[in-house]
Amino acid sequence: MSRPVKITAPLQGSAGEQIVESLRAGDSVLLSGVIYTARDAAHQRLFRLLRAGEPAPFELRGAVIYYCGPTPAPPGRPIGSAGPTTSYRMDAFAPLLHAHGVKATIGKGPRGQEVRDSLREHRALYFGATGGAGALLAACVQEARVLAFPDLGPEAIHELKVEDFPLLVINDAQGGDLFGLFELGSRP
Amino acid sequence: MLSGQRACLVREIRLQNAMLEKIITAEEISAAVAELCVKANRRLPPDVLRGLEESLAREHNPGAREILGQLLQNAALAGEKDLPLCQDTGLAVFFVELGQEARLRGDLYAAINEGVRRGYGRGFLRKSSCDPFTRENSGDNTPAIIHLELVPGSNLRICFLAKGGGSENMSRVTMLAPAQGWPGIKDFVLGRVRAAGGNPCPPLLIGLGIGGTFERAALLAKKALLRPLDEPNPEPDLREKERELLELVNGLGVGPMGLGGRATCLGLHILKANCHIASLPLAVNIQCHSARHAAVLL
Repeated sequence: MSRPVKITAPLQGSAGEQIVESLRAGDSVLLSGVIYTARDAAHQRLFRLLRAGEPAPFELRGAVIYYCGPTPAPPGRPIGSAGPTTSYRMDAFAPLLHAHGVKATIGKGPRGQEVRDSLREHRALYFGATGGAGALLAACVQEARVLAFPDLGPEAIHELKVEDFPLLVINDAQGGDLFGLFELGSRP
Repeated sequence: MLSGQRACLVREIRLQNAMLEKIITAEEISAAVAELCVKANRRLPPDVLRGLEESLAREHNPGAREILGQLLQNAALAGEKDLPLCQDTGLAVFFVELGQEARLRGDLYAAINEGVRRGYGRGFLRKSSCDPFTRENSGDNTPAIIHLELVPGSNLRICFLAKGGGSENMSRVTMLAPAQGWPGIKDFVLGRVRAAGGNPCPPLLIGLGIGGTFERAALLAKKALLRPLDEPNPEPDLREKERELLELVNGLGVGPMGLGGRATCLGLHILKANCHIASLPLAVNIQCHSARHAAVLL
């Protein structure tokens, strides 16, 4: 494994651009900063807002979106278990979010061709986190709050402050694809 | 003996029998189910933990070793800090074996659902049950999926499985032609594991239900997941088939999280049933490495 690269979210301005352009599929990353959870239901709502020309509940430019629906926080902890969910279900929404400035998404499993093309076109990254390691990943979350759509329960958008969140670059902005290296069928 | 004395004796014996006869109350069931939900979501069964450790020992791919190491760390951390192993704490699936002579007081289904409500609340587990059309979350992870079977005896055995959505999504039922036979079954399973890739969180457990009808095959496949990894299939022919297909699955190179490696599947289990002369039903139930289940006997 390569030495992890430390990066900070959101990936804004020229510093963010430089990170996106420099990382390659297969690189290990430790991410610190602010990220936003969103999974199936939250994506549907975001999509509807953007389509209607309304603002998103958080700044999309430079944002890092984490496909995650955490367990409730037990007393004394910022969050419960918080690992990634499978990404392909969010494929239909990713290109529009990229077009609005989202610079990275975090999930598990491969992305479809439309997302791989969109990553290249809009200069963005797709990271993988280890699925089923929700307790371990939660240890990197320092603060969490529900930011939008509280009625969605576990599917609400949470704002997370993370430190050294361990990730692997799956798809880079140059068209590199870590799953492609294994020549396996990429869609279920 | 006088008739009055005899009647008295009979009454006393009946009373003693009634006191000895076990009555299982709804409250006992709810309490046991709540405990199962919390416990199973925090601790991996020992055979699954051993399976992950053995995979790590055999794995040479550095990326795969890193992931397996994280999964073992995660299991240790979840136990220490009383956190769920995974944020997907599943739909609550139950395999219930009810002794034909068992006596219950109260509604069994309602008691199990009450246990789920309590366990998922108290254990800070995620509620993942929603209406298929409105997608409205029920808020307490009910209704549970309950499979009830009558068995000899007077006990009640409740087995709980926290079934995550990511791996369930990769599962399939297919109706093969009888002539496709074992080669057709192998092809379908290998195609499924390859297509599923990293999505269902490998290393996997795979349950195969072969034969029966459309719905029986699916149920057998899920039940096959409950057999401990270190317990061989009691039927020698099936044991050999499991070994052969497991070897082929692990030869695909999917590896942990689909990023390459040897550890694609920790165990592949088969249950079979007789089927129609026209059919060869096959169900493939995919289970992620976080194979969380536990049982209680009441």
